[in-house]
Amino acid sequence: MSSEATQWVVSAPPQGSQPLDLPVEIAEWVAHADDNLVLAQRLGEWISWAPDLEIDIALGNIGLDHLGVARNLYTYAGEVEGKGRTEDDFAMRRTERDFRNVLLVEQPNGDFAQTIVRQFFFDVYQIGLWDRLSVSDDDTIAGIAGRAAKEAAYHLEFSSSWVLRLGDGTDESNRRTQKAVDALWRFTGEINSAAWQNQVTAVLTEASLVVPEDPYQRVGGRDGYHTEHLGYLLAEMQWMDRAYPGLEW
Amino acid sequence: MVTVATDLWDVVASVVDPEIPVLTIEDLGVLRDVTEESGTVRVTITPTYSGCPAMRQIEDEITSALLRAGVEDFEIIVVHNPPWTTDWISAEGHRKLSAFGIAPPSSPHDILCPRCQAHDPRLVARFSGTACQALLVCSSCGEPFKQFKVLR
Repeated sequence: MSSEATQWVVSAPPQGSQPLDLPVEIAEWVAHADDNLVLAQRLGEWISWAPDLEIDIALGNIGLDHLGVARNLYTYAGEVEGKGRTEDDFAMRRTERDFRNVLLVEQPNGDFAQTIVRQFFFDVYQIGLWDRLSVSDDDTIAGIAGRAAKEAAYHLEFSSSWVLRLGDGTDESNRRTQKAVDALWRFTGEINSAAWQNQVTAVLTEASLVVPEDPYQRVGGRDGYHTEHLGYLLAEMQWMDRAYPGLEW
Repeated sequence: MVTVATDLWDVVASVVDPEIPVLTIEDLGVLRDVTEESGTVRVTITPTYSGCPAMRQIEDEITSALLRAGVEDFEIIVVHNPPWTTDWISAEGHRKLSAFGIAPPSSPHDILCPRCQAHDPRLVARFSGTACQALLVCSSCGEPFKQFKVLR
């Protein structure tokens, strides 16, 4: 079943792409910032398009939290690196090949079910991550992570409650949510752990959804090998800064 | 030139939150410290929510408050640790929020309608006008109101 999926074509690094070239620890912060920035951009695409006003505002607010985490991490990474890199250098002036986000967050919004399932998978991962980093030896990272952990708990409450409602809702909402779970499952290899697996399985089961058994996992985001979707996302996000270099509000 | 530390604190502490203008950054617990050393004033603040869009404006307002007070040599330091929590909102802040029509942060069974003081409001949305506020409806007078969500 998985043999067909392994035929994925990996994009070649573009001409002129600069390697990230950061100490391991800073590169890790940047990777987490990339996750949050890319997902924030995706959630922003929902503004004025969500099924109802409350959801529209919720998705916008959750995106704003992710954006804030990304900005804090980029800013701090630049400070620690000590070469004068700003949050905008990281966010707006790197190409696709230099982004280290997991593949899950760059996947298209799809329908509401797909956005919710993507958010749910990511929220479970983020809570574990921030809990771990909130006791980091680095004070600033511990602080950023400590606050992000509390926010992620609100995000998870939102996403998991919607997984339950959609999975246990109508035949149509169950069908669409199952489709989203099946479609996104192959992008969870970069974020899963035993704890993740347990928590996700518990919610999906309660929501009358089937946990996929397909063992195939597509990975590579942490090494800069992305699905085709990230390039388009960055093109839209970065075009203004590239068209008007050094612009300020 | 303002030189007395308490005056400087008052200058900076008068800055209000642009989203909830009844609260100062002192009420919110965002303002952590104001010091002066060798003529340089250092203002230390801790951001509320990671994505709070008001933070940048708060920094601008601090800048302008200091400039108005004649202070030109200063820096604003953003400290992330310990992370801000709604526990840092002062008692005065809680009082001001209620008077403004926003229920202050508290556990769900302690939330009172800011208009009629009734218990047991119905939760409409966990995310409302801002990330930090939930939307509720009073089950007694029927008025919708916002609550500053607990973050701790």
